[in-house]
Amino acid sequence: MRIAVSAMGRDLDADLDPRFGRAMYFLILDPNGTIEEVIENSTNMNAMKGAGIQAGKILADKKVDVLLTGHCGPNAFKALNAAGIKVAVELSGTVREALERFKRTDVKFAGGPNVEGHW
Amino acid sequence: MVIAIASGKGGTGKTTVATSLASVLGPNGRLLDCDVEEPNCHIFMNPELDTSVAVNLPVPVVDMEKCSLCGKCGEVCRFSAIVLIGDEVLTFPEMCHGCGGCSLLCPEKAIAEGSRLLGVVETGYSGAVEFVQGRLRVGEAMSPPLIKAVKEKIDPEKINILDAPPGASCPVITTVKGADFILMVTEPTPFGLHDLRIAVEAVSVLGAAMGVILNRSDIGTGDVERYCKERSLPLLMKIPHDRTIAEGYARGELLIDAAPQYRERFVDLSAHIAELVRQPGESYVEAAS
Ligand code: SF4
Ligand code: SF4
Repeated sequence: MRIAVSAMGRDLDADLDPRFGRAMYFLILDPNGTIEEVIENSTNMNAMKGAGIQAGKILADKKVDVLLTGHCGPNAFKALNAAGIKVAVELSGTVREALERFKRTDVKFAGGPNVEGHW
Repeated sequence: MVIAIASGKGGTGKTTVATSLASVLGPNGRLLDCDVEEPNCHIFMNPELDTSVAVNLPVPVVDMEKCSLCGKCGEVCRFSAIVLIGDEVLTFPEMCHGCGGCSLLCPEKAIAEGSRLLGVVETGYSGAVEFVQGRLRVGEAMSPPLIKAVKEKIDPEKINILDAPPGASCPVITTVKGADFILMVTEPTPFGLHDLRIAVEAVSVLGAAMGVILNRSDIGTGDVERYCKERSLPLLMKIPHDRTIAEGYARGELLIDAAPQYRERFVDLSAHIAELVRQPGESYVEAAS
């Protein structure tokens, strides 16, 4: 299973970035917490519009199964949903903490966007 | 001739000026309300609207039977309105700018043209004055294509008064582009000056002749007038604050009806503008108040 986390830094102790589309990084982890890939999201961070869609595409292309994040807008959700990526929202703390919560199944999966656009 | 009425900020009296100027022109005038997000000239003009035409934007519709999942459509779109995700091409019609780039580039000719309703263009008459307005669909964010549709109703034989949206952003530029004259309506306050400056900078690249009307000219400071002098912007009219005007406005009356002494001043204004269009470069003139 490939788990993506929106993050403000490049390692497990970095804070989770609550914004999905405009997150600074995406860390792709395996369930044991091994970092398989670090993706810089700099082009989307400053995008006027469509950041969530492009970020969704990146994760779809990377064949991610689950996303752990804070907020996810409608367009991003549509893109992630089309890729079959499950979206856990309203997470905070560090990347490690988010992963632990996910493993304890102590997360809330979004059935739809949990914010209006611009995230 | 095309005269665009603009203002750096809302609420300066742009609509008041546009409606009175159009009204004194009678059958020679045509008023086009380009403030499509909030058209309000009709409140003062009471036009009889007899036509309403829908304006649509072409948006992509993908035939997945034909699609080879090459992803080219998503690469060309600058607005993320179409994107290949897995084995599906997703479209986000509300983000599309209708440029047609995706369908042009699709190697499989899998993209057909759908449409998104932007709003309507309505036309009619207010007395002898021809009246045109655009109304943006509620929830629609993209006004420039609708403004262009309103501007297609410009009659080169007439004096066309365009009421621009407030501000200095893309919809304003779309409106004033191609105008022979841009009339800025402002107030003599620090905010008025600040917004006037931004608006003048934004539209001056278009190279049209410009002039300024000072509304509520007896409040605030002399800074706007000094600025006009510095920039050689002719100050064409001053409208002092007046209870009769304010009350007329609240009742939806034209300025020239609420304060009939203004009728002649607006006739003079149109003549003055016509002169400035014929002979650009006239320097600062002092307006009578
Ligand atoms: S028409 Fe242009 S803006 Fe619309 S989806 Fe295609 S490429 Fe993007
Ligand atoms: S460009 Fe055409 S063929 Fe290629 S992914 Fe887009 S719709 Fe499919």
